[in-house]
Amino acid sequence: MSEPAPKPRLRLALWLPLILFGGLFALFVHGLTAPADTTVASAFVGNPLPQFDLPAAADDRPGLATRTFRTGRPKLLNVFASWCVPCAAEAPQLATLAQAGVEVDGVAIHDRHDDLARFLAANGNPYAAIGRDDQRAVQLAIGSSGVPETYVIDGRGVIRYQHIGDIRPEDVPKLLAKLKDAASPGAGT
Amino acid sequence: MIAELGLALLWMAAALAALQLVVGSLALRAEGRALAGMVRPVAVMQGLLVLAAFGALITLFVTTDLSVKLVVENSHSAKPLIFKIAGTWGNHEGSMLMWVTIMAIGGAFVALIERRLDEPTLMATLAGQAFISLGFYVFLLFASNPFARLATPAEEGQGLNPLLQDIGLAFHPPTLYIGYVGLSIAFSFAIGALVTRNVGPAFARAMRPWVLGAWIFLTLGITAGSYWAYYTLGWGGWWFWDPVENASLMPWLAATALLHSVSVLQSRDALRAWTVMLGVVAFSMSMVGTFLVRSGILTSVHAFAVDPQRGAFILALLAIDIGGALALFTLRAGTVTEGARFAFVSREAALVFNNVMLCGILGIVLIGTLYPLVTEAYGVKVSVGAPYFNPAAAMFAFPMFAVMTVGPLLRWRHDRLSGLPGRRKLWPVLVCATLALAVFIGVEWAAHRINLLPALGLAIASGLFPASLLPLKGRNLRRTPLPVWGMVLAHAGIAVALFGMASESAFSVERLAALSLGASREVGPWHVTLDGMMPIAGPNWTALEASVSTRYAGAAPVVLHPKAESFSNPPGTRNESALETRWNGQLYVVLGEQAGDGRWQMRFWWKPFVPLIWIGGAMVGIGGALALLGRVLSEIRRLVAKDKIAYRRMRQGR
Repeated sequence: MSEPAPKPRLRLALWLPLILFGGLFALFVHGLTAPADTTVASAFVGNPLPQFDLPAAADDRPGLATRTFRTGRPKLLNVFASWCVPCAAEAPQLATLAQAGVEVDGVAIHDRHDDLARFLAANGNPYAAIGRDDQRAVQLAIGSSGVPETYVIDGRGVIRYQHIGDIRPEDVPKLLAKLKDAASPGAGT
Repeated sequence: MIAELGLALLWMAAALAALQLVVGSLALRAEGRALAGMVRPVAVMQGLLVLAAFGALITLFVTTDLSVKLVVENSHSAKPLIFKIAGTWGNHEGSMLMWVTIMAIGGAFVALIERRLDEPTLMATLAGQAFISLGFYVFLLFASNPFARLATPAEEGQGLNPLLQDIGLAFHPPTLYIGYVGLSIAFSFAIGALVTRNVGPAFARAMRPWVLGAWIFLTLGITAGSYWAYYTLGWGGWWFWDPVENASLMPWLAATALLHSVSVLQSRDALRAWTVMLGVVAFSMSMVGTFLVRSGILTSVHAFAVDPQRGAFILALLAIDIGGALALFTLRAGTVTEGARFAFVSREAALVFNNVMLCGILGIVLIGTLYPLVTEAYGVKVSVGAPYFNPAAAMFAFPMFAVMTVGPLLRWRHDRLSGLPGRRKLWPVLVCATLALAVFIGVEWAAHRINLLPALGLAIASGLFPASLLPLKGRNLRRTPLPVWGMVLAHAGIAVALFGMASESAFSVERLAALSLGASREVGPWHVTLDGMMPIAGPNWTALEASVSTRYAGAAPVVLHPKAESFSNPPGTRNESALETRWNGQLYVVLGEQAGDGRWQMRFWWKPFVPLIWIGGAMVGIGGALALLGRVLSEIRRLVAKDKIAYRRMRQGR
């Protein structure tokens, strides 16, 4: 270890750092030119919805149960709450989606009846059904960590896509595309 | 006006760097020798100009000149002055300007004070330094101009992010930069020595203070950064093996190895090619770290100034500087003549062992950091964490610590461990080893649920601490040179930090509790009670502040105030932990959310001896500073003596 003596074998070893660096460089160039997809796909995507049967959260809409998703048509499942500010911000986009013929179901997280009624009156009510989830049980069971989140559920009740955060106007076409994907049977999963 | 002046100064400094490169290279040839006198003044002037440019940028931030793009994006008129100043380097462009500033000032210092290195090697060193700087000047001037103006001045700045207004965050990056850039000087010395094939004690003596200085700053920067992450993130951990943390650890490991091998080269003229190689590797690791952090090719909690184009630029600089240096090494190292030889039992051999082990840890960290990048190339996502890093690094670290107990006691060149002198040297080490063994057995016997690694860590730390004091044995303490004190303190600091790490990992108690007001919990030896909850508000944040009274095993109660803060602009939350430090550990309290039934979610940790991690880190840094101080003082004494001799000669008319 004292010193690389000028023997032929050791001279070859002198090339080693340069070769290692070359490998490192190639790796970095690859990392830069093919940036990794940093979106974290939920482990729940591809799984069927868990069994639940939530009571109605609003007077004029029914509650929500797993079986209502097995209609053969894809739907959006929106996890929201009246106390959540981004949920109010995404209301126009949900309305757009509902007008486009998409059935949007809601799960109201940890909410009060009167607060929710006020929220729906102020921001519109795009939901076909709203279940109330006071214990956050369904929210946890479908792998949602906060509000708002929106899931694309296919006609067999399988989670096909998870959108985290509020739906912005530019997200609407993407969600429509995901719904269309989910409508074609068997694809994706 | 100041922005234009700053830009002009930067251009001039870049031009001088080009001049320094050309003249320094020409001076290496016989026909250009006459030019050699120019290089030093040019290097000094370059340092002054870029310092003035940096000063101009600081002025723009202090006066909040809202016609400058960088100021608008990163500052705000309502910021406290200290954060306005820190905002100068809290962004990509400003930090790059800071980088070249430190680099040029380092070069200027070398030019001013280095008189004992042979002239050609110094010329090559300064030319090399100018070459690296030039790359960064080009980067600044063409791809990240810090002085760019907006077409129309903004009404107000956008940089009032309260999360970033933290005194630790303001000074932690520059500390690390000084470390990174200090290694660039060691790198230039290595290049200079390769160019002139003059690798020897004089080169080591010139390079050593720079390595030492850079290493001190890296040590303190890493220690402070670890403590900052510990108290501010509220996760209860002190090291996460995050790519950005690893990016600062890798240069430190290389610099630590270099520090030891350069001392062998200086004292014994051995390990020539190896020292040069480490000089190149240490700065490479700084560049690789900078690249990883800024290109965003690895996912990290430090999402700072991420931009693939900047990444490409830094990668190009990396390829030119490091690839070039390694090519030079490959071509030249074979012709660097062999240094002095040494026996298997000698201080050199112990230091070589330390070097190999440090490089082993470096390899482990590098592989672990880059492994996700490799698998992503094949479409597989992985994250590498503590279950890999801890045991893999310990595999190299623990044998190194074992050798650390004896190494400083061995003699240079050749030593014997048999016979009377050997025995006299060995028995204290054996006492320390017995102590370590006793601690290991005691820990495993008293608390046998402890994992192997922490138990070994506790044992080795208990043996290493007394062993690291052994070099002082039999010395006159008042005459012991400062560098020896520095070494002893640094080695003892490693033992102290290791003890803290092992203890934190072995004995931490964690409690997650949902507490209603007035409820209490036991957390290890602590009794904690949630007394109250108080909303408080600041200019752009609101917070809930809990009052938690804590009592250690019947001692007087102490009230802690952990906070959960929410910010409005930009929106964000932060859980500020509350810490109570005792001599034997820290209680760590974090306030979480309110649960549905009105109870508050809280996390408590009792971490025995955890402050020792940072105390140990500080000891290592201070040890380095003592060693540096000792060398500077002896250098000054030498110069004073020289002056006196010259003065006497002059008086005597000789």
